Amino acid sequence: MQYLIDNFFSLTVTGITLGAVYALVALGYTLVYGVLRLINFAHSEVFMYGTFTAMWSVMLLGGHSGASIPAVIGWIVVMFLVAMVTSGLVAVGLERIAYRPLRKRNAPPLISLISAIGASFALSELMGLRDKLAGFFGLDRKLGAYVGQARNNVAVPEILTPQPVFTIVDYQVTNVDILVVVGAILMMIVLDQFVRRSRLGRGIRAVAQDPEAAALMGVNRDRVIQVTFLVGGIMAGAAAVFYLLRIGITRYDAGFLLGVKAFTAAVLGGIGNLRGALIGGFVLGLAENYGSALIGTQWKDVVAFLLLIVILLFRPTGLLGESLGRTRA
Amino acid sequence: MNVFSTTLERTKALLERAKGMPKPAKIAIWALFVVFLFALPVLNIPVITTPDSDFGGVLFTVTTYVLVALGLNIVVGYAGLLDLGYVAFYAVGAYTVGVLGSAHAHLPWLMTVPIAVVAALVAGVIIGAPTLRLRGDYLAIVTLGFGEIVRITLINSSWLGGASGITEVPRPPSLTVFSVPHLDWSSGSPIVDLGNTTTFLKFGITDQIPYYWLALMVIFVVIFFDKRIKDSRVGRAWEATREDEDAAELMGVPTFRFKLLAFAMGAFIGGLSGALFAGKQGFISPDSFPLLLSILFVAAVVVGGAGNRKGIILGAIVVAYFPERFREFQEWRVLVFGLALMMLAIFRPQGLIPPRRTVRAKQADQKLEALEEGTASDA
Amino acid sequence: MPDITDSRTPEVDPTQSVRTRILEVDNVTLRFGGVVALDQVSFHINEGEILGLIGPNGAGKTTCFNVMTGVYQATSGVVRFQGSPLGKRKRFKITQLGIARTFQNIRLFANMTALENVMVGSDAHHSAGVLSAMFGLPRHREEESDGRDRAHELLDFMGLGKKANELARNLPYGDQRRLEIARALATGPKLLCLDEPAAGFNPAEKAKLMELIRKIRDQGYTVLLIEHDMKLVMGVTDRVVVLEFGRKIAEGLPAEVRENPAVIAAYLGVDEDAS
Repeated sequence: MQYLIDNFFSLTVTGITLGAVYALVALGYTLVYGVLRLINFAHSEVFMYGTFTAMWSVMLLGGHSGASIPAVIGWIVVMFLVAMVTSGLVAVGLERIAYRPLRKRNAPPLISLISAIGASFALSELMGLRDKLAGFFGLDRKLGAYVGQARNNVAVPEILTPQPVFTIVDYQVTNVDILVVVGAILMMIVLDQFVRRSRLGRGIRAVAQDPEAAALMGVNRDRVIQVTFLVGGIMAGAAAVFYLLRIGITRYDAGFLLGVKAFTAAVLGGIGNLRGALIGGFVLGLAENYGSALIGTQWKDVVAFLLLIVILLFRPTGLLGESLGRTRA
Repeated sequence: MNVFSTTLERTKALLERAKGMPKPAKIAIWALFVVFLFALPVLNIPVITTPDSDFGGVLFTVTTYVLVALGLNIVVGYAGLLDLGYVAFYAVGAYTVGVLGSAHAHLPWLMTVPIAVVAALVAGVIIGAPTLRLRGDYLAIVTLGFGEIVRITLINSSWLGGASGITEVPRPPSLTVFSVPHLDWSSGSPIVDLGNTTTFLKFGITDQIPYYWLALMVIFVVIFFDKRIKDSRVGRAWEATREDEDAAELMGVPTFRFKLLAFAMGAFIGGLSGALFAGKQGFISPDSFPLLLSILFVAAVVVGGAGNRKGIILGAIVVAYFPERFREFQEWRVLVFGLALMMLAIFRPQGLIPPRRTVRAKQADQKLEALEEGTASDA
Repeated sequence: MPDITDSRTPEVDPTQSVRTRILEVDNVTLRFGGVVALDQVSFHINEGEILGLIGPNGAGKTTCFNVMTGVYQATSGVVRFQGSPLGKRKRFKITQLGIARTFQNIRLFANMTALENVMVGSDAHHSAGVLSAMFGLPRHREEESDGRDRAHELLDFMGLGKKANELARNLPYGDQRRLEIARALATGPKLLCLDEPAAGFNPAEKAKLMELIRKIRDQGYTVLLIEHDMKLVMGVTDRVVVLEFGRKIAEGLPAEVRENPAVIAAYLGVDEDAS
């Protein structure tokens, strides 16, 4: 308890920054669930691939610490572009290969879940076996920096050294903290506008609410679903960059735990509810930090699972209630 | 795909013929089959035997999976509930044996088993009672969460052995009834090797075969009871609940109670399997109970054909045996598994041997199609 | 068609002069958020009668059924079965009390056989549990064979005897409707609620169904019938209750109700013989 009080502000800020990452990834889960009633188990890998390609692009460009501000900005922009494109593509590919065939056959939910799980394992294993795969083409030596240590944590070159910008009571908020939180909120605003204002966004809401009526109104369901996955993927790509800036390492299975937590955040806020995913992410980030301060860091992951169970038992519609279809126009 | 279908067709035809035979003949065939199963590890049949690991041990693993699949089949196949955290019950069974047999007491294995299965049953009720009201996919995630909570708790609890686990777990009690020699095929044809024998039933450290025999016997008992339950009002209630839960309730079926019963029975069997595992392994640690195992268990049921007893047995055999048989490809196992799951979902979601309801539904659909297209010979 | 064995029917003498009220809907209101689905509806059903519940689409007839069978909880008001309020009883308990129903959109257990569907119904009063089943105890075996016999009887009664081992989904439409009734009867109810049992039937089938409903009543069951077809309602019911927009607008003998101006107005524009 004392630990919690002593470190309250650092725990809070760290919780919020981590929560921002959860929130962005949660958006992907909540969007897909709202439109398809499917838990996209493999969304965690969508995120993970974003982290790796962002990392590789920085390595390729020779990113390092202590560089000039334009260079740093340039690298970060590249990271975003690369990660968002990668994650978007992986997400769309997933939809095409693992989910669409099942949708066309009206598969029962258990089967869709099985396919999702299979895709998740396949994708993460591919990353975990990258050294062997490169080896098949004789490239494992040449690409050693990128494909080596396939099963271990790999570190991103630090391009943005955390510098304190201002202080809240006893915690020094760094530039990285600010970047992550502000950046995440910006992305969410963009998404919110997209869903509310654009044609495709309306299509998403229509399909989420009533697929048949939407089809009768001329909404192309397949296209809407593709866009949903794409948008979720892009968000996850952005999250990947924030994650790298904040935490600095990634791994072939980094997706799994983060994915479950992000899903928890989505449920916490109200599955299908975009603002809920936001709130859920931040709440989860904070709860995790405060929780592990109270009961010990080795139980950190349990906090997320317990929260999930408690929410589903006592308020399954989440804090803000389920509602992709009912987002106010 | 075609080769597989024709083999399946031919096997089915053979089984149909076998079904038509008079009772004494059927009993004889079954008896022979059972003897074959028991003799399997000592027969050492060349292609089937695993080159890189002890065949007896592999067979034991396979039977563990079969037992688990039988339990999970009740939950997923009969009652239609999605459970992704089944490994929790397996772990409860194993750890109860470990704790009572080694870590905090020294009860003999046989005494710990009933306590282990009851503990697993209680865990099933505790987990099931609040969560079975949830929708299908939510239930799946919550059970996954519980599985992980159990694993993390095991790692973090020193009184449960922590990350290093519990050693010197007691083994099943031994008796010496007779010894069976192995067959040796190294010269191309079978020779009885009297130097290499397995004793029925001596539970030692090196010879895994008696554990396999024990597990096999447990399986027969479980199948016996499973059959009975399936053909009773309990089985009907499960099926009705799975078909249309609301209608079932309105027809007087206390659906929640039966769902909880299915969950608890599944947990019981999971715990039993865990207890057997602990007894054979002699040592348990949280590493033995990862999420992947829960997924493998579900895969065994789905691959086989959820709801069909023969199917899930086949599924368990496939999921447990192939990775062991092709151990040299160990690195690729999980990748292959993931791809296999995706292909299964897309191309054969009903599983290898789908339950009769799916088969009959398909036959009915085909009949209907034939009628509509005017290709049927009679109505 | 053979009769259902006497030993299974409720202990009611349909000829007794003092009618007891088997069901009372007492000032029941049901609100969903802003929508008032039922508005202070009150009526009763006498033991042994066939009561018709009619009204235009959306009047609240099926909603009424749902409140009576525990699918919805009334916002206010009470439903009394044999004198005691249903309260917050679970749905399966209400069925065990003695109220059974069929559905507007057929809800059979599609992948189970006709026999199995009906046996699920007769299981409602069985008490043998899982241990009984596992060890083949006498109570289990008795209840199984009893249930099976009863199911066969009911199927024969409904004219489905030969189709006992057909999957419910394969049965023709008419048989499915009859199977639903057989299943409901299997639960051993005192009150049988039929929700548009003749929907989609041709006149000949409707006539047969009317026969069947009369036979069921003669066996001692009380029947509550939702129907659109006026001919059927006039032909088979003893009394009629009319709902419109969630309110009761008329109640009485079929002939009276038919002449009631409010009822005619409610149905204006709808063919009397709409089938």
